[in-house]
Amino acid sequence: MIHALSWQFVQMVLILAVSPLLTGIVRKVRARLQRRRGASPVQPYRDLRRLLAKEAVVADNASWLFRAVPYFVFATTWVAASLIPTFAANLMFSGAGDLIAITALLGSARFALALAGMDIGTSFGGIGASREMMIASLAEPAMLTIVFTVALVAGSTQLSTIAETMLNGHPGLRVSLALALAALLIVALAENARIPVDNPATHLELTMVHEAMVLEYSGRHLAMIELAAALKLTLYIAMIACVFLPAGMADGPAQPVEDAIGVAAWLAKIAAGGIALGIAETAVAKMRVFRVPNFLGAALMLGLLGVLLLFVSQGM
Amino acid sequence: MTVAAWTILALFGLAPFGALTARFPAGRVPIYGGSLILCAGLFYAGLTGLAGPTEHLILPLGLPWIGTHLRLDAVSGFFLVLTGMGGAGASLFAVGYTGHDAHPERVLAFYPAFLAAMALVVLADDAFTFLFAWESMSLTSWALVKAHHRQAGNAQAGFIYLIMATFSGLALLLTFGLLAGPAGGYSFDAMRASHPDLAVAAVVLVTALIGAGSKAGLVPLHVWLPLAHPAAPTHVSALMSGVMTKVAIYGFIRIVFDLLGPGQWWAGTVVLALGGLTAVLGVLHALMERDLKRLLAYSTVENIGIVFIGLGLALAFRATGFQAGAGLALTAALFHAFNHTLFKSLLFFGAGAVLKATGSGDLETLGGLIHRMPWTAFAFLAGCAAIAGLPPLNGFVSEWLTFQAMLLRPDLPQWGLKLIIPVDAAALALAAALAAACFVRAFGIAFLGRPRSEAAAQVRETDAWSIAAMLLFAMLCLAAGLVPGAVLDRIGPVAQALTGANMPRQMGDAWLTIVPVAASRSSYNGLLVFAFIAVSVLLTTTAVHWFGSRAIRRGPAWDCGFPDPSPATQYSAAGFAQPLRRVFGTVVFQSGETVDMPPPGDNRAAKIEQRIADPVWDWLYLPLGRGTIWVANRMNAVQFLTIRRYLGLVFITLIVLLMALTLWQ
Repeated sequence: MIHALSWQFVQMVLILAVSPLLTGIVRKVRARLQRRRGASPVQPYRDLRRLLAKEAVVADNASWLFRAVPYFVFATTWVAASLIPTFAANLMFSGAGDLIAITALLGSARFALALAGMDIGTSFGGIGASREMMIASLAEPAMLTIVFTVALVAGSTQLSTIAETMLNGHPGLRVSLALALAALLIVALAENARIPVDNPATHLELTMVHEAMVLEYSGRHLAMIELAAALKLTLYIAMIACVFLPAGMADGPAQPVEDAIGVAAWLAKIAAGGIALGIAETAVAKMRVFRVPNFLGAALMLGLLGVLLLFVSQGM
Repeated sequence: MTVAAWTILALFGLAPFGALTARFPAGRVPIYGGSLILCAGLFYAGLTGLAGPTEHLILPLGLPWIGTHLRLDAVSGFFLVLTGMGGAGASLFAVGYTGHDAHPERVLAFYPAFLAAMALVVLADDAFTFLFAWESMSLTSWALVKAHHRQAGNAQAGFIYLIMATFSGLALLLTFGLLAGPAGGYSFDAMRASHPDLAVAAVVLVTALIGAGSKAGLVPLHVWLPLAHPAAPTHVSALMSGVMTKVAIYGFIRIVFDLLGPGQWWAGTVVLALGGLTAVLGVLHALMERDLKRLLAYSTVENIGIVFIGLGLALAFRATGFQAGAGLALTAALFHAFNHTLFKSLLFFGAGAVLKATGSGDLETLGGLIHRMPWTAFAFLAGCAAIAGLPPLNGFVSEWLTFQAMLLRPDLPQWGLKLIIPVDAAALALAAALAAACFVRAFGIAFLGRPRSEAAAQVRETDAWSIAAMLLFAMLCLAAGLVPGAVLDRIGPVAQALTGANMPRQMGDAWLTIVPVAASRSSYNGLLVFAFIAVSVLLTTTAVHWFGSRAIRRGPAWDCGFPDPSPATQYSAAGFAQPLRRVFGTVVFQSGETVDMPPPGDNRAAKIEQRIADPVWDWLYLPLGRGTIWVANRMNAVQFLTIRRYLGLVFITLIVLLMALTLWQ
């Protein structure tokens, strides 16, 4: 019991400790590709420390919601992240929620953040919240259709089982899975407010979404939100790795050699994901906000097509 | 059983007293208090129905020599529980809410009768009693819709409701006529025993969908619902949305699952298609709506769609012989119905509190209520999160179960099901995401930000009774989300009775995890997720305050350096919905905008106009109305004939009918 709990704790701490580094790597890659020197990959840790030490400035008419939301968003994202198998599957709490629950937990965090954006009553907060919900209204169903595709192939919505099926069950090359992967990449970009959907590095632009929502935050509240954003990015890369590239993952905790291999493999996958994201972000331009629905609609249709193909091809 | 019967009689008996006590200032208290206690009785009777064996009772009332047949089985018991629960909450809320009603006599007499009629529908065991109760339910609720008949729009809402209710009653009359068959057995037992042939079963399905579906708010028969539900006083709106739609679902289940016998798989396809359409269209309407109560009514349409998706799935699975799947799908549908009763009642209570405090349900005049109405805001937020399907609350669990049922059998051989189930899964996912957007908008515009009107700036928190009712339902939403197994196990006998299978027992699992089929397939544990989040919040808050800074400074809003003091610069409800209107509305509602921007130097006001067309009105009801008027105008000529010609007409009709009869045989 205590043993199992501590492994779960290791997973939570690992994913939390790595996530700012991932953000740092993405920034570094982008800077290098733009022929800048860029800040050190550990800069996000320094930023967090600085933000945590500062006093928080809160608008006069902010309600309790505004102050509670950063912690709630962080905690929900953290819980969702801890349900993803990283170095080993079948951790203690992996039965508490499946892929659908993880998607919905991220939805809870977004719900809270969008409300916080509207709490002060500024136009920037409103624009961010409104656009975030518009993007989510397509990204979330797209995500769920991807979940369905993967679940139908693996016969389970439970991520541990899915990872094991992908690892040992030889699902083969399936058109549906390819469609789901393409859709998942689009959804991951949109959900994490990356280029081409949103730009995490902008301010004072009418096209910004996530940054507009959190514009009023400062100090430790901002630190929590930044950390939650970094966690979410790590979560998505870990999820893609877990479903489509589970190689190296141990099938259960408490096996020293397998676990060490698992951690190393996972860190390599996360780093590779970060570098790929940095390259992709440099290669494409940001979209106009009303082209985003087409982009995400494509993901939804790809996901739906994947599910339809699976339904049609089975039991013939 | 006897408890239920006596409670219903007592509720009917309470109704006339409502007319008497309405003269006194505190006259509402005994009526609503009595209703509250009697609803608790209904709740208890429902629980005994769920737990125990089927009970019958024949009352010497109603038609002479036939009497009133009542029956309390698991199905009735479940819906009796919903009626009791919703009714008790609404009564508790009403004690405080209706304190300043100008015309209590218009509500008090009908309110207990409405409750009694709904409970009687659920217990009826013959067609006559069922239809009598159904029509009583329609009429009493119609009277309640017309309680504030002088307010703009309410008279029209009542009229449309009356037409649709009549139509629904007619369809049900036809349904029972067909089910009774030539032998004419109007007791449900006789109907169960007879097995109608395929064509009759198809017609029964259609008429049941029209009759019960129009009451439930199934697209395209939903048009009356967003007009009538908000027009009634708020506690009645809560009952209509929270309970009456469930009674309609009961009617559908009783007829299609129970009386009609084992169906065909395509019946499931039809119900699935209608459910998916209803869910998406309902929530899109809700997103565009600016009146809080009407928004909630449209969201009811959406949730009815979700329930019907589950029912359709259950029908399809049952017809293909996959009992376990049918049990799971039906359980998911019933659990969603249960959840909807909880959170929709809660949200209507909140909307009522806002309406009472500000005098307006128009989102564009609200804002900032969280500061002066903290309790209402808190409860309303819980309702919004629950209805948006967010874990760890209850709305998520029922949607999750529906998804699980959808993913069970991709290998069914029927092509119709192969195509409709994935599409419905996507539709349900879309509806859930849009519902989140809809309720971010509803809560964010009404309760957050800065007040958009003087009335919203000066509000006072609502009374203690209303707050008690809201907090009670918010707690129930949380409890049903944390320990869904407790409810799911109660639904077990219902699923067993209707589909021959139910979910495995849930409450025995370690940590109260919900396992619909097998642990390796899927599991969810609301309690653990909640505890996990709570511990994480606690840990982070402590750590941040310990290691980081605790200092907080209040200052003016930043707003990128250009804060504007006018609350009009905030996002409005229409503005919030604009991106979604552009994405979805241009297709579904043919929405558009015309901007009239005067040139410089011209000092007339700039104008922006939005157009939203409801496809159902434009393509179904308006042509129908025009057709009716055209026919009526043609028939008008027949009204002014001489007696000689009328007799001639009668004679010709007789000849035609006789000839038709001869040819038939």
